[in-house]
Amino acid sequence: MAVLFGVVACLALAGGVGVIASRRPVHSVLALLLVLGSLAVDYLLLDAQFIAVLQLIIYAGAIVVLFVFVIMLLHARSGEVARVPAVLPPAAAISLCAAFGLILLAVLTGAAIPPAAVGPAFGTVQEVGRALFSRFLLPFEAASIVLLIGMIGAVVLGKRLPPSPPDAARPAEGPGGGR
Amino acid sequence: MTVPAPYHLALSAVLFTLGMVGVLVRRSALVVFMSVEVMLNAVNLALVTFARLRGAVDGQLLVFFVLVVAAVEVVIGLAIIVDVFRAMETVDVDDVDLLRG
Repeated sequence: MAVLFGVVACLALAGGVGVIASRRPVHSVLALLLVLGSLAVDYLLLDAQFIAVLQLIIYAGAIVVLFVFVIMLLHARSGEVARVPAVLPPAAAISLCAAFGLILLAVLTGAAIPPAAVGPAFGTVQEVGRALFSRFLLPFEAASIVLLIGMIGAVVLGKRLPPSPPDAARPAEGPGGGR
Repeated sequence: MTVPAPYHLALSAVLFTLGMVGVLVRRSALVVFMSVEVMLNAVNLALVTFARLRGAVDGQLLVFFVLVVAAVEVVIGLAIIVDVFRAMETVDVDDVDLLRG
């Protein structure tokens, strides 16, 4: 298990570096997929089977595909727009290192809490679902409304204006205002 | 829980910092968005770790809701990015400064 965690952690870190260091957005998406997959395995190590499966279905299955589609739509014509500066601005670098050091210090020097003993059902669909439909019923229903609003918003935002006659071959090319 | 919790939390901290660096450094809106996803996942990892540490399933439920909100956020955000690209022919966050005073 410790070896597995080591492998998963290294893969996740490599993916995290890949996301921010790749020159092409497609490579960033693949690195993001690596992060998500490694974290799903890590969730399994933490007895969160349901969350691990959700991570794979929602993140790796839906969100990454959405990213790939948008990159396919945009970057075929936008070309390479992203570049990583050679160095971070010093102030940003210092504050980032300070914040990271503080977090890591708090994590590693904090009082070691012994993990609670859990039964074999911990984190299974049954237990999570039971809590979801009893104590967390109101947030669960609110989540469905959030999803509905998201769907409507995506349709409204993604709706194309009717193409103007001289530019019918490439509709909605720079419509400017009017939305 | 064979691997102690601080290791998971340290991984979470490192991932969060990586995502923060990505948000601050990269100029492509898409990559900034992916870095935000990395940060969200780092927080999810911390939540799952604490849920296991306490032996309570509440943390995992919070991760569930974070997943829902993240999915909606990605859909809306990518739609906005597509719209910005249609209007301005760029997704470079430094070039999209119409609201700059």
